[in-house]
Amino acid sequence: MRYAMAIDTKKCVGCSDCVVACQTENNVPEGFCRDWVTESVSGTYPQVEIELRSERCNHCEDAPCVRCCPTGASQIVDGGIVIVEHDECIGCGACIESCPYDARYVHPEGYVDKCTFCLHRVTEGLQPACVSVCPTKCMYFGDIDDPNSEISNMLKTRKQKTLAPEAGTNPHIFYLI
Amino acid sequence: MKEEIFISGRNLPHIDPHLELWHWPISLYLFLGGLAAGILFFAALVVLFRKEDKYIGAVKYATIIAPIAIGVGLLALLYDLSHVWYAWRLYVTIRLESPMSWGAWTLMLVMPVSMLWTLSYFKEYFPKWNWDFGFLSYFDWIIDFVIYHRRVLAWILVPSTILLGIYTGILLSAFNARPLWNNSILGPLFLTSGLSTGAATIILMSKSHAERRMFSMIDLVLIGIELFLIIHMLMGMLAGSQVQHEASLLLLGGEFTVSFWVFVIILGLAFPAILEIFELVGFKVPAIIPALLVLLGGIMFRFIMVEAGQLTRYLY
Repeated sequence: MRYAMAIDTKKCVGCSDCVVACQTENNVPEGFCRDWVTESVSGTYPQVEIELRSERCNHCEDAPCVRCCPTGASQIVDGGIVIVEHDECIGCGACIESCPYDARYVHPEGYVDKCTFCLHRVTEGLQPACVSVCPTKCMYFGDIDDPNSEISNMLKTRKQKTLAPEAGTNPHIFYLI
Repeated sequence: MKEEIFISGRNLPHIDPHLELWHWPISLYLFLGGLAAGILFFAALVVLFRKEDKYIGAVKYATIIAPIAIGVGLLALLYDLSHVWYAWRLYVTIRLESPMSWGAWTLMLVMPVSMLWTLSYFKEYFPKWNWDFGFLSYFDWIIDFVIYHRRVLAWILVPSTILLGIYTGILLSAFNARPLWNNSILGPLFLTSGLSTGAATIILMSKSHAERRMFSMIDLVLIGIELFLIIHMLMGMLAGSQVQHEASLLLLGGEFTVSFWVFVIILGLAFPAILEIFELVGFKVPAIIPALLVLLGGIMFRFIMVEAGQLTRYLY
């Protein structure tokens, strides 16, 4: 089993509902966020193109944060989800330095925190909070090892990209373009 | 043209608008780690070559600084940890994949060995100490034991100080997300710089002209290697991928150009090298000046690399 997320940049309207849902679901302290929306504008007026992306931890296959963690607090659990075990984290910041996506932050309580793909919901068979609230239904979450899952079908039929694949992390958030 | 903005209002402390998580404690720690490694490496070599009588400053006086430097470095590191009460977790795991893990263990090996080394010269620091006084006689026995086994300490120190010195660079170069750090030259470069600052400290602590001359020569060679490695690193980045190319421009025209070239290249390497050459060909140059400049260059190099590296990243 390998969890992944596909996000349709053509359907995303950049409402930031995913961000608020995550903050509420995961008790993210004020001023912090585990996911965020980026507006990427390319070209020169009048030939401009806008891409909206809901971004978060890419739950990389070759996660540099897991490699660099001196205590093993950053780890990959079943389904390929990258998590931080708070009681093992010393707050050295090596994982934050090693993340090409800047997807981690230091929680006010001292440990490093990040997106967990809502592991507590996923183990109960629910969708992550961000996916479940998306008003345009532009996010797909599921098992890419299962060829018949919705996300596998989306990835089979749509053009896609990952962010900074040249960083060598093998990211698992796919953007449908 | 491409422009990217966060429209969900992201403003994470120490991460946005650009990463600035690691500050002076990390730079200081990397400098002191390299310095201690350098001092102890030379002290161990002197003992292994049985030249203790000739290079007293290296084996006896400069080595007092090593455990102090490691101690202060460790305190700086602890100060930087945000979840500090869990710091003991570092020493219940060994993760060879993580440079910080094996580096912390190397430090934990070098620190007590450096203390034992200093202890083995305790009687020479305080020749008039009265050892017959009660429980002190136990210390007497321990000190005699470490004096007898000083060569064993030296054999442990040679590989472990090289590991410690190179670790200070590998710690940064292992982060593939930061293109300025992510090059394989950084480990050898920081090791060379650490050895050079170690030699400079020995020059400062030495009272013998012959010893200062010897370590000036060693320092000169190390400065040459360091300059070569810096040029090699910048060449590699300029010929590398887009992100590495942009990272090198921070030192070649960008924000850190002046501080890098003035404090590291000119004042920290070129100028002390010229002074040392003058001294070796017979001019009278106070040995303290090139040595202090090398130390200044070493500490500035760590500060610039730590700060500048965090500005570099992958863009997508």
